[in-house]
Amino acid sequence: MRNNDFYIRKIDWVTIGLYSLLVFLGWINIYAAVFDEQNAKSIFDLSINSGMQLVWIGTAVLLIILILVADYRLFENLSLILYVIFIILLILTPLIGKEINGQRAWFEIGAFRLQPAEFAKFATALALAKLMEANTFDLSKIKFQLRAIFIIGLPVLFILFQPDFGSAMVYSAFFIMLFREGMPNRYYVLTITLIVLSILAILIENNLIVVGVIGIVLVIFFFVGKKNWQKLVTLGLLGAIMIAYVYSIDYVVDKLPLHHQNRIMVLFDPDIDPLGVGWNVTQSKIAIGSGGLTGKGYLEGTQTKFDFVPEQHTDFIFCTLGEEFGWMGSLVVIGLFIALLLRLVFLAERQKTRFSRIYGYGVISILFFHFFINISMTVGLFPVVGIPLPFFSYGGSSLWAFTILLFIFIKLDSHRIQILGRLS
Amino acid sequence: MESNRPLIIRFVIILLGAVLLVKLFLIQVTDDSYLRKAEQNAIQRIVDHPYRGLVYDRNGNLLVYNNPVFDLMVIPREFSVKDTARFCEFFNIKKELLIENFNAAKNYSWVKPSPLIKQISNEDFARIQDYLIDYRGIFVMTRSVRSYPQPSAANALGYIGEISGNQLNRDESKYYTQGDYVGLSGVEAYYEPELRGRKGVNYRMVNVRGIDKGKFKNGDLDTVSIAGENIQSTLDLELQQYGEKLLAGKRGSVVAIEPKTGEILSFISAPTYDPNQLTGSKFGQNFMLLNQDENKPLFNRPIMAMYPPGSIFKIVQSLVGLQEGILTPNTTLSCNRALVNCHNHPNPVNLFGAIRNSCNPYYHQAFRMMINREVSSNTFRDTQIGLDKWRESVMKFGLGDKLGVDMHGEKGGSIPSSALYDRIYGNGRWKYSTIYSLSIGQGEMLVTPLQMANLAAIFANKGHYFIPHMIKAIDGDPNLIPEKFRTKKHTGVDPAYFDLVQDAMVEALSGTAARAIMKDIAIAGKTGTAQNPSGEDHSVFIAFAPKEDPQIAIAVYVENAGWGGRAAASTASLMIEKYLNGQISRPALEEYVLAGNFIY
Repeated sequence: MRNNDFYIRKIDWVTIGLYSLLVFLGWINIYAAVFDEQNAKSIFDLSINSGMQLVWIGTAVLLIILILVADYRLFENLSLILYVIFIILLILTPLIGKEINGQRAWFEIGAFRLQPAEFAKFATALALAKLMEANTFDLSKIKFQLRAIFIIGLPVLFILFQPDFGSAMVYSAFFIMLFREGMPNRYYVLTITLIVLSILAILIENNLIVVGVIGIVLVIFFFVGKKNWQKLVTLGLLGAIMIAYVYSIDYVVDKLPLHHQNRIMVLFDPDIDPLGVGWNVTQSKIAIGSGGLTGKGYLEGTQTKFDFVPEQHTDFIFCTLGEEFGWMGSLVVIGLFIALLLRLVFLAERQKTRFSRIYGYGVISILFFHFFINISMTVGLFPVVGIPLPFFSYGGSSLWAFTILLFIFIKLDSHRIQILGRLS
Repeated sequence: MESNRPLIIRFVIILLGAVLLVKLFLIQVTDDSYLRKAEQNAIQRIVDHPYRGLVYDRNGNLLVYNNPVFDLMVIPREFSVKDTARFCEFFNIKKELLIENFNAAKNYSWVKPSPLIKQISNEDFARIQDYLIDYRGIFVMTRSVRSYPQPSAANALGYIGEISGNQLNRDESKYYTQGDYVGLSGVEAYYEPELRGRKGVNYRMVNVRGIDKGKFKNGDLDTVSIAGENIQSTLDLELQQYGEKLLAGKRGSVVAIEPKTGEILSFISAPTYDPNQLTGSKFGQNFMLLNQDENKPLFNRPIMAMYPPGSIFKIVQSLVGLQEGILTPNTTLSCNRALVNCHNHPNPVNLFGAIRNSCNPYYHQAFRMMINREVSSNTFRDTQIGLDKWRESVMKFGLGDKLGVDMHGEKGGSIPSSALYDRIYGNGRWKYSTIYSLSIGQGEMLVTPLQMANLAAIFANKGHYFIPHMIKAIDGDPNLIPEKFRTKKHTGVDPAYFDLVQDAMVEALSGTAARAIMKDIAIAGKTGTAQNPSGEDHSVFIAFAPKEDPQIAIAVYVENAGWGGRAAASTASLMIEKYLNGQISRPALEEYVLAGNFIY
């Protein structure tokens, strides 16, 4: 018992404070998103989403207590078993799940609906930490790279069957963690290059201009540093591949199903289909953009509560914040997220075991991806993919999943001294 | 393993967070177009159109009122019909038109109401009223259109119509919006600011399905509409109707003015039209028909048609000559037909005789005396100086420039200046022999029927006039009419000189217009003939009566009716009798005028 008290005091209250603030702000924004002045209900009213969110928050607190009082070794020991269980659930989901909006992503247990894909994230993070814990695990070797990618790829494969493109994409976030753990640079350079080229290819009508840019960059590369034949040949080959890639992009975009095509094109030109695919982004930007510097005031917004923005209490919850609290409100919330993420990097770096650190970076990867992609989507920087804003968006599954994800790490962190002797 | 990668990760987190904040700053703070779009989305501006002011005649008879019409509005997002054919039958609309209107509504807005069927008749409205609730997304909006209980005074009253793009651009008050109705001619246009009232605006919030969500900002921005002011016009409906009857089947104008006040008693432009034709849904079609009519019923002749004044102008010449001291009542000149043609009358004549007999050579010589006063030894220069001095005196009679009547589109006529002749012939290349036809009201000289009626009023008033006007009271208050209509304008001619003129005008009737003479009322009048190079001359007559205490001054133009003593003088005489006695004692004369048909 005294031991337990000791570790409770080691808990990182800064992280918990940031978490609580975000959950609280999320909750009051959910209320604003569904508030109806003509039929005003209390924020605690269980018939509206803010009341239900409070139930989810309450149960999340129970989960937090369970996690904090559990034996810290439990998570490490159970990691692979949890992973297998969730893989099985993910396989079952498309078969027996409840169909909503053309997706079978939900399990129905009595009155409750659970989304296994949300929970599989922390299980995957745990499994990756377990896998990569060994000192011998060396990400510079292809063999180990493939093992890590296998662990990440397996849930992705089954989530795509649901099909839930957004949730599947989230797993790519683990590459942030892999980067920290020594994944070679070339993958990242390659990925970023391909992304930049894709954007250029779509944005600039004339591919010759893109080819010109590639040429200039490669020539600069050639003249920087030593010059020799091998370098010339390598750069030449790279150039040829990049040019082929640029030309293939247009072809691939043309071959995509129209609604995927439009989701991409709408980023560059929201007006191509303002009542269809463009509707979400257009309305979302209108809601946020109309907030101005200081916002219209709490519960004074018109765009989200009058349903101009779809999914306004879940994936597009940021619109309510932007509209009613303006840029200052956005600044505060984005500041809180950045503070939380930087705090988690700090915590992860102070871990004494590879398991805790890798898991910590897994948490950072998932939260960061959700945070950045969700807000990017609402302001039209990224295609509309249905992923929630952590701690903010309405929904039991997502709140519970993010809470479990985060608090397992807080639990591990609180035991960092105890674990000290075990490994280094 | 210790590397810079945690640092890179921290950097990327901060960098991408900053990217979001910059993007948010761009759309939230630097770009206000989103705020406008948000208002377009959720704020519905509902305009409360005020009741347009009514127009009465001088005796309180209603001339213009508002008739409610009903527009069927549609909210495309909510609208759905199972059985289109039945709907069309029920609402009495063609399927193609329904689809066309619905698509137009959809293009305008998915969630805001737009008209589906415009101006449903009263009968249709009564029929469909109870069944409206069976359909979602449609409702009836009430508007009002102008209506005229008497189909009279069309050109005087004018009409209203949808504001044009040009007018919208020119509107500095920014009061109007697309689709607003505005007075386009006549009293409707001139007194638009008084008649229209003030629009009220209600701001309502609506959700994405167009469902009302209450007042925006608790109604702080809402304004109440204010009804337009009622206007009393100077027209005498009975006289107006009688004049229109007399001019039926003819082209021409009649303007009657009360000399004491400048109030226009009747304002007839013939041929005319039923003002009810230019209201409501029939406006477009009827306007096109009227506009294409070769007799030009939309042409507001009393203020827009211009003719040479002819012999009537000799009275002005006499008065200017007397005032200038060039002529005296005793100035006697010979009827020298070598100068200009004349007709048989005693010779020579003094001024009285010249007016009475309308002697052309007399005015040829008198005008020369007024023009060439040997101010300059150069004849050409002398003529220039003389003409401009004379013109100045003549323009004081309200000629050669717009009078300023309260109707848009008034023409000013023309009294030529030396500059005009300099332009035509060259400076110093013209002299009296070039311009002598001005002496008898011909040549480069034009007046409108309104200016002629005003001349009659000047003769009646012995030298002054009030700008002729159509407005008697605004909102029941005669003091609200524009100041300029209550200000006396002087011709600068001594009232004493008018006695001779008035006497001559009474006398003249027995010579040139015997039909116009009435037993019990002394009418002073003067015939004229406006020469028409393209057909029969126009018949012109001005008069005022009774001579001792003038109640009415009148000008009558009947186009292509020949010499002024016939059609025009008879019409004027009947109008005077109608106004002063309220009834007609000379059915034969009336019959004669009614039978005249000069449109060919």
